[in-house]
Amino acid sequence: MELIGRIFALAIATIFVHNFVLARFLGLCPYIGVSKKLDSALGMGMAVIFVMTLASTFTWLIQTFVLVPLGLEFLQTIAFILTIASLVQLVEMVIQKTAPALYKALGVYLPLITTNCAVLGVAILNINEELNFIGAILNGLFAGLGFTLVLVLMAGIRERLDKAEVPASMKGMPIAMIVAGSMALAFLGFSGLNI
Amino acid sequence: MIIVYSVATLGILGLIYGLGLAYASRKFHVEVDPKIEKITEILPQANCGACGYPGCSAYAEAIVNNGVDINKCAPGGSAVLGQISKIMGVEATATERKVALIHCQSGGSNNTFFRYKYEGIPTCKAAVQLSNGPNLCNYGCVFQNDCLEACNFDAIHLDENGMRIIDKEKCTSCGACVKACPRDLIELVPVKKRVHVLCSSQDKGAVARPACGNKTACIGCGLCVKKCPVDAITLNNNLAVINYEKCINCGQCADVCPTAAIFDPLKEVRAKKKAEAKAKAEAAKKKVEAAKQKAAEDKE
Repeated sequence: MELIGRIFALAIATIFVHNFVLARFLGLCPYIGVSKKLDSALGMGMAVIFVMTLASTFTWLIQTFVLVPLGLEFLQTIAFILTIASLVQLVEMVIQKTAPALYKALGVYLPLITTNCAVLGVAILNINEELNFIGAILNGLFAGLGFTLVLVLMAGIRERLDKAEVPASMKGMPIAMIVAGSMALAFLGFSGLNI
Repeated sequence: MIIVYSVATLGILGLIYGLGLAYASRKFHVEVDPKIEKITEILPQANCGACGYPGCSAYAEAIVNNGVDINKCAPGGSAVLGQISKIMGVEATATERKVALIHCQSGGSNNTFFRYKYEGIPTCKAAVQLSNGPNLCNYGCVFQNDCLEACNFDAIHLDENGMRIIDKEKCTSCGACVKACPRDLIELVPVKKRVHVLCSSQDKGAVARPACGNKTACIGCGLCVKKCPVDAITLNNNLAVINYEKCINCGQCADVCPTAAIFDPLKEVRAKKKAEAKAKAEAAKKKVEAAKQKAAEDKE
């Protein structure tokens, strides 16, 4: 029971309180760039969840069994980037072979994730917060979920904004920035949660 | 020691990942139609989007996978079309080559009449918005070079008067300048058509003519509409518009146009011929008259 409680607490903390986009300000590029349409936002979100979970798993293993025993913690960043980049490449190939439809739907987003700082962010945060193996995997999963949630919310708002009467000078990017700011303020409310 | 360790660790990690990816790329290799690659190579790689697809490779994919028409690449022209048709085994139906044409002959920035001096952001889009542009003419070119910058093929130049001249050889009719011009002055016209209305002014003649630096504004008199033997010209909002599907290049409209807003490069040649013919006829007439007179004198 206690375990489930802890997992729940981790989920709430990662998805809402320390949301990757709106509280930690990581992965802002896709947040603005891919949030024009609901479908592509959802596709990008799914790809990020997938890659974040895998990346958390592998980077935790690399850190614990390679870098720490050899005393090479300072190589963390470069080793993680190497791991994530190769991982995304591998995932891309596998998806292309096994699920062409999904590959097409994800399109350019999959390789883009390689350079997404949110993925590297979650890998490094896992280590800094000294999570155990299961904790790291779950943290990666929840971080991806939080990212997807915000991305989809943003896309939904922006799709409605297209039909709304926005003053000419505010159309497009300016109003999107204001929406992003309002969303960050709204999510600030979660920081009052004490878990 | 630590340097050796770090280099070795990263090296080994990189090696493992590299080998893994190499193995995976073999194992998960997906056959791509070699035609797509070939066609992509043939296409001009301008990625101009004139075909309606995002980039040359996307168009190549659409040709091979979806059987899209192969004649959509405007910059490639007939050369590329022929090569693609060889690869695809499809009969090539060439589209008529078009070139961009600027429907304004203001006389260039040196001759145009300005109502104020524009010193703002150097783009046409900005200049047009400041109290309807700096020109006296509300429809003409504002000389900020949006079209020049949009052209990927170096086909638009300035002449000594600051007029924008389109190089028909270099123009690939990609349509980038058409989109760039905020006053919609540029149109893609069939390269074979010679006669063009070089004005876009929708003002009435009394306003349009004095505003034009070149005095070649269309005043909407409608003489060309009446003169055209194939009804190819219509008058829209005080502006003559040629329907290029009907036009037969006869140039009669250019002959009657009182302001030379309709341009035909052969107009002068024709006028010269006409004058020569007239002179000849007159000379012949004189000869006849002289002969008559002589005959009459002889009788006397």
